[in-house]
Amino acid sequence: MVALIEHDRGVAPDTSFQALTFARSVAEQLGTAVEAVIIGEEAQPLATEAASRGAIKTWLVRHPELTDYGPEAWGDAMAQVTTASGAAAVVAVGTDRGNEVLAHAAAIDDLPFAANVVGVEVAAGPWALERVRWGGSLLERSTLDAPVKVLSVPPHAVPAAEPGNGELGTVEDFAPELDDQAARTRIVERVPAAAGSSLAGAAVVVSGGRGVGSAEGFAALEELAGLLGGAVGCSRVVTNNGWRPHSDQVGQTGKRIAPELYIACGISGAIQHWVGMMAAKRVLAINIDRDAPMVTKADYAVIGDLHTILPAVVSEVRRRKEGATVGGDG
Amino acid sequence: MSSTAEDGLRILVCVKRVPAPGARIALTADRNDIDTRNLGFTTSPHEECAVEEAIRLVEHHGGSSTVMTVGPPEADEQLRYALSVGAGGAVLVTTEGTDPDAQATAKVLVAAIEALEADGGPFDLILFGNESADAGGFQVGIRTARALGRPVVNGIKAIEVAEGRVVARRESPEGYEVYRLDLPAVLGVKEGLNLPRYPTLPGRLRSKKADVPRQPALVVAGGLATLDFRLPSEQVTETTVLGDGPDAAAAVADLLQELGLL
Ligand SMILES: Cc1cc2nc3c(=O)[nH]c(=O)nc-3n(C[C@H](O)[C@H](O)[C@H](O)COP(=O)(O)OP(=O)(O)OC[C@H]3O[C@@H](n4cnc5c(N)ncnc54)[C@H](O)[C@@H]3O)c2cc1C
Ligand SMILES: Nc1ncnc2c1ncn2[C@@H]1O[C@H](COP(=O)(O)O)[C@@H](O)[C@H]1O
Repeated sequence: MVALIEHDRGVAPDTSFQALTFARSVAEQLGTAVEAVIIGEEAQPLATEAASRGAIKTWLVRHPELTDYGPEAWGDAMAQVTTASGAAAVVAVGTDRGNEVLAHAAAIDDLPFAANVVGVEVAAGPWALERVRWGGSLLERSTLDAPVKVLSVPPHAVPAAEPGNGELGTVEDFAPELDDQAARTRIVERVPAAAGSSLAGAAVVVSGGRGVGSAEGFAALEELAGLLGGAVGCSRVVTNNGWRPHSDQVGQTGKRIAPELYIACGISGAIQHWVGMMAAKRVLAINIDRDAPMVTKADYAVIGDLHTILPAVVSEVRRRKEGATVGGDG
Repeated sequence: MSSTAEDGLRILVCVKRVPAPGARIALTADRNDIDTRNLGFTTSPHEECAVEEAIRLVEHHGGSSTVMTVGPPEADEQLRYALSVGAGGAVLVTTEGTDPDAQATAKVLVAAIEALEADGGPFDLILFGNESADAGGFQVGIRTARALGRPVVNGIKAIEVAEGRVVARRESPEGYEVYRLDLPAVLGVKEGLNLPRYPTLPGRLRSKKADVPRQPALVVAGGLATLDFRLPSEQVTETTVLGDGPDAAAAVADLLQELGLL
């Protein structure tokens, strides 16, 4: 059983060690141990970390063609190390890179690949799986029949494996055979974002849908978000109309966010939108339609025209903030 | 030989017909499928952007764009939509019964692409969505590219073609990554790549009259088979109505304070 530990030039995203947790849940059914796979340079410290988090062995995969991320070379390397390890299954977290590397590795050996698996029942024959579709709003039960099972788990579906106090696993170098074609899709340049949208980490998101009516209509949402130190989001109807950039879109084909409070203004609550914000702690819906799905699924609602409600909320919030500065404790 | 310089770009876009559920998904009684009796159909937003990009590249560089799908005869509707916004041609590879899995779909696409290329020469660029809206397999484009021996990168949000190469950008946590691929190449794209146009009236009329050739698919099932579907358990939320209209502003501010957000 091998698990891909994702990293970018030595920096592991917060999802990386979730792969070990998922792998262990499968390995326990198989009665085997978990081995980690780390591909590329600058990853020695991560190999030690994987060993401390329960990988009995860590394959440190290095090659001159693996100096920076490239999906084809990473896929080749993953397929080779999987074969060398004799693993019955290979898993990764279903990030952009995780799914991409596994898709390549599976394609190389014409193996099936099950993306975003949330349930596994190991059997002597085909395994029984449950995986998410439609960005998380539908569960598919399926059978996976393959000599080597290739699976990804959705990001944040399981917690990261904790460092244990058991025995430290071993680290083994592995040099894949790669031809000069393998790295033809390597990253050739990185461009840092110019002060990108803070949507992903915002505690409050004030989000607008068709009900906002125009690009100008977002001024009130901007104002409220500004007062609360939050960010502005939107639905796909809004980006399709050109009222906001796609980087503000929340949903299946937009961003997935988990703010403390999501204020949905004039958004109906289609499932493709809902999957992007269902991780919010609380939802406040502002909608003229009392029966809109966003209203019935929200924790709080204000019924009425957002064009009159938002300015009133803005001035009340402003009044209390000013009161707080003048009067001391608000 | 790629035809880039003289005759513009030959571009193929692969799209998939999917239902467009609204506020919730309903399943059929046997739970083998989404109940589509009251639903419209569409393609993934990622694929709509792929179609738009192909049209723009051809507008800029010359050449031709073709849209292809593997699906039921009704998928003719999605191909004609692509024609109505400006795609040059369309091919429908028909299947019967259940949706083929990703391995099978890729094999059908490869066979169809090889047949099209035998007639018209290689496609400089083949565009896929990053993932299909319904199956979400994240793999059909990658399998197809591997089988054709072409470079492929997924998750692309900007494309530029020049001098026989395509420069493609993908978002990363810090900004974006740049990839440079020699043509012919394959890319999986994401919504946000562009803002797709809407059909025009002449476009609609043209698409109605267009010839959309059909050929049957030879489906060889792969190793992942769907049994049935289940809806995730939905927690029932008691909605607290804070009020109606602007009078509710004080209650909203109270809530913000209660949550420590103000
Ligand atoms: C494969 C796929 C992927 C998709 N991905 C996404 C995605 O990532 N993100 C996304 O958002 N959508 C996505 N969609 C689209 C989604 O299905 C819906 O079409 C979309 O979310 C609807 O946007 P909306 O709520 O703004 O508009 P509508 O559904 O039209 O709702 C507008 C709401 O505003 C209310 N309203 C109107 N006027 C006012 C007013 N003056 N004051 C208060 N309320 C008012 C109405 O009562 C209504 O509830 C996707 C669709 C598909 C098929
Ligand atoms: N039946 C199909 N016909 C044509 N293209 C498809 C089909 N299924 C998937 N694709 C393409 O492959 C991409 C990835 O699909 P998937 O691997 O299912 O997530 C989609 O966005 C489409 O561009």
